[in-house]
Amino acid sequence: MTDEAFTPGLTAGGGGAAALRATEYDNPVAGVFDDVEQVPGAAKPDPILVADGVVKTFGGLTAVDVAHLEIQRGAITALIGPNGAGKTTFFNLLTGFDRPDRGSVSLEGEDISRVAPHRLARRGMVRTFQLTKALSRMTVVDNMKLGATGQRGESIWRSLLGPLWSAQESEVGERAEELLDRFNMSHMADEFAGTLSGGQRKLIEMARALMTDPKLVMLDEPMAGVNPALTQSLLGHVKGLRAEGRSVIFVEHDMDVVRDISDWVVVMAEGQIIAEGTPDSIGKNQAVVDAYLGQHHDQDLSVESPAGGSSDEVGESDG
Amino acid sequence: MDWGFIFERVMTAAIGPEVIVFALAAIGLNVQFGYAGLLNFGQVGFMAAGAYGVGMAVYWLNISFWWGIGLGLVYATVLAMLLGVPTLRLRADYLAIVTIASSETIRLFVRWRGNSGRTGASEGIGEFARPFYDLNPFDNAARYQFGPFNFLGRDLWVVLVGWILVAIALLLVWQWMRSPWGRALKAIREDEDAARALGKNSYVYKLQALLIGGLIASVAGMLQVIQKAAVQPDTFNPVITFMIWTILILGGPGRVWSPVVGSMIYWSLIVFLENVLRQLPPGTRSTLESTIKLSDFNISQFRFILVGLGLILLARYRPQGIFGSREEMALDDR
Ligand SMILES: Nc1ncnc2c1ncn2[C@@H]1O[C@H](COP(=O)(O)OP(=O)(O)OP(=O)(O)O)[C@@H](O)[C@H]1O
Ligand SMILES: [Mg+2]
Repeated sequence: MTDEAFTPGLTAGGGGAAALRATEYDNPVAGVFDDVEQVPGAAKPDPILVADGVVKTFGGLTAVDVAHLEIQRGAITALIGPNGAGKTTFFNLLTGFDRPDRGSVSLEGEDISRVAPHRLARRGMVRTFQLTKALSRMTVVDNMKLGATGQRGESIWRSLLGPLWSAQESEVGERAEELLDRFNMSHMADEFAGTLSGGQRKLIEMARALMTDPKLVMLDEPMAGVNPALTQSLLGHVKGLRAEGRSVIFVEHDMDVVRDISDWVVVMAEGQIIAEGTPDSIGKNQAVVDAYLGQHHDQDLSVESPAGGSSDEVGESDG
Repeated sequence: MDWGFIFERVMTAAIGPEVIVFALAAIGLNVQFGYAGLLNFGQVGFMAAGAYGVGMAVYWLNISFWWGIGLGLVYATVLAMLLGVPTLRLRADYLAIVTIASSETIRLFVRWRGNSGRTGASEGIGEFARPFYDLNPFDNAARYQFGPFNFLGRDLWVVLVGWILVAIALLLVWQWMRSPWGRALKAIREDEDAARALGKNSYVYKLQALLIGGLIASVAGMLQVIQKAAVQPDTFNPVITFMIWTILILGGPGRVWSPVVGSMIYWSLIVFLENVLRQLPPGTRSTLESTIKLSDFNISQFRFILVGLGLILLARYRPQGIFGSREEMALDDR
């Protein structure tokens, strides 16, 4: 895609510099949501992902009960909601890691409710995990290379004949190095991923997901446990994804972050979508305020609050 | 004490048939556990599959010994599928449970009286390996000495073929593990869901690893019964599986060479201890006899006790095995 369009800005310096430049990305979907109704289940002009009547129960508990949700192509959609709202479970249902009791999910018009996770990844839908999954006893660069899809050397027979895959392998290696560079992780390339810090793991997991060249990136709390400077740089990367034409869904608890980068916000509570809207309007929505106050009286919902409001960080860090 | 004699015995054992058989079985386990993280506690079942393949081809089906090698590989493939297909979608513990049960089931099944026409039941099968020894370029009955190594001609032939097989197996493992296939396998060992999220079909990879490891172990089983010239059900008891595990852990899982080095160290130590204990000076010997009841009859048990002590020390001071890296191992705990 439009690699050149943003790479220079991000490789120019450290996290801080990258973040400053990141704000210069233009937003290809600016204005797309102007005519979208701000109600749960609202129709979008060009949805990439659609969930319909998706229900998941664990014993007596209804963890997810989403009547209808459309995710706009090319936009950054934030999925927010109190702890236990069902965000991660919903992610699992969308990405095939868990099966819904009822309902259907479609990606670009095709039903994917019964498609296995690895097939979804190959179809351009990639996710990261709330509890980061660094592949500890593999090097950072091997973590990255793993992400590439369609590798000829991943077949048990062809793997035995080096010449069949060595050219592709060096291409994959180059791409991995480019991405590591973009995420300012080049210096760690040959270290075991298990030696990375929590924030670095978030970075590597996101970078690794990008190796699949996804259309739709689903990030479960990508900023949790990440220091503010690194958060800024991660935000820059997410905006970079949008600039490249990818769609992003991300789960986040920090309203400042949500306001900063998202084009659209979906609010979940007790398994249901209780509100949808632009980041500026969502904080004023009475249903949203009630849902949060029910759980966290100290939750920072004021969208006008100054930066540094990460003291209400409730996401888990990695395990 | 005759140290020259002990040295010769230990050196000969270090490259002997036992080392080869256990190295092969451990190479198989290394693919399964060391690289794919599969808990296979029934490796001896795969050895039995190979062994009974060659034995039953000759004894029951009356076909050539050479077809028997194919039959052994088929048995091992069927076993891998039976064990893997239902369990590898589930949590790792399930494979462990069924493999533990499977190898004992196999042993009891082949030694069952009703099977005497097919497997020879508890008597087992003899007289099947002649075609192998007919090809022996050495004199089957002669003794060959080179350097500190001393083999009977027939064993020398087994050893020669055995090391060629080990070399092939190591080469395959080395090439696999440096390829993208091996990278995906290691990723599945580290975190299956992460690998799936990145488009890897972890189920197929795990099944492939179980199968490859099982096939290599079945070759180990064939070589073992060819060397013994007998297929005996009780050779394949669960203790063998744990010896294979010991060897792999000793060498350090996830390294190409570790099964071979682990097997060499393990068997050298056993032979060394046996010979030293048998040749103790009379004074020491009688003291040991009166204190810990060491006698000619329990020397072979006693050497396992000493090996066990050694393993405890290993676990304490070098838990990563000979080849493993401690730093890498510590990454597990984070
Ligand atoms: N495997 C499971 N078995 C039983 N209950 C589960 C399971 N997974 C999730 N739940 C329950 O479903 C509800 C939703 O959990 P989920 O992890 O989706 O919340 P979340 O919105 O991601 O919360 P957080 O913000 O804390 O990550 C919770 O009440 C949780 O206890
Ligand atoms: Mg969650």
